[in-house]
Amino acid sequence: MRLDVILRVVTKVILPFMLVFAIYVQFHGDYGPGGGFQAGVIAGATIILYALIYGLAPARRLVPAALVEAMIPLGVLIYAGVGVVGWLTGGNYLDYSHLAHDPVHGQEWGVFLVEAGVFVTVSATMVAIFYAFAGRGRR
Amino acid sequence: MRVRNLFAVVVLSGIYSFLMASVLLVLDAVDVALTEASVGAGVGTVLLLGTLYLTKTEEARPVHSILLPLFVAVGTAAVLIWGVSATPPFGIADTPVQLAGPDYIHRSLAETGIANVVSSVLASYRGFDTLGETTVIFTAGIAVLMLLKHAIPPGPDRKD
Repeated sequence: MRLDVILRVVTKVILPFMLVFAIYVQFHGDYGPGGGFQAGVIAGATIILYALIYGLAPARRLVPAALVEAMIPLGVLIYAGVGVVGWLTGGNYLDYSHLAHDPVHGQEWGVFLVEAGVFVTVSATMVAIFYAFAGRGRR
Repeated sequence: MRVRNLFAVVVLSGIYSFLMASVLLVLDAVDVALTEASVGAGVGTVLLLGTLYLTKTEEARPVHSILLPLFVAVGTAAVLIWGVSATPPFGIADTPVQLAGPDYIHRSLAETGIANVVSSVLASYRGFDTLGETTVIFTAGIAVLMLLKHAIPPGPDRKD
């Protein structure tokens, strides 16, 4: 009998709650503590916990390394792209006031998209660094 | 007491990180406390344990005298403490930081529609800083992948 059965069962129970908490921290960042960075770390930690308990190969099937490596620059591109859109719509770079019909909604949209970019880069970087460490094996 | 077991050092650094998160919570910096708890105590500890798995869990005996590193460490600490002594006393009201705060608190909800001032300053008023921060994380991730990803696979015929 495997001795890590408690860890496996407990992990399976808490993983969805961790992911929901990451999404809560992401989308509730406008009203409570949190934002893209914290949510990205929590989401990355969810994948890392899964890889620690169930092994690296199942985690790589769930979240492929190629996807993670594409997400690292994608987040920065989303962030910088919002800046360019703000520039093209008549404001300064990273000025969100012109993204929607009135400045306040534009700011809300800009912050939402920028936080999404931060989330994508941070979560992918955490998982990619863990994959790089765990994939090497002991020498 | 001297600890040469690096596993104990990693666990102690995780505990230290959690204590710092509690300190930040007491200082009402909930956003920073959340970051410290998740990065410092969570992912950081896992990555340090991963490093131990790749290397050894016992610290090697030093081959040189410890006097020079000790001198550098004590010197840096002295310079830092000297620098801190020149900062304004903790919690004092008439510093530039405290003067800018109420301005943002009054403007944030009307200008951005975001109730959490930390979020609006981070993503909108100081958007350039956060873009730079995201680029730093991107660079760090790319650097680690360059160093570790295409390494020689482990095997019996590996020579290093």
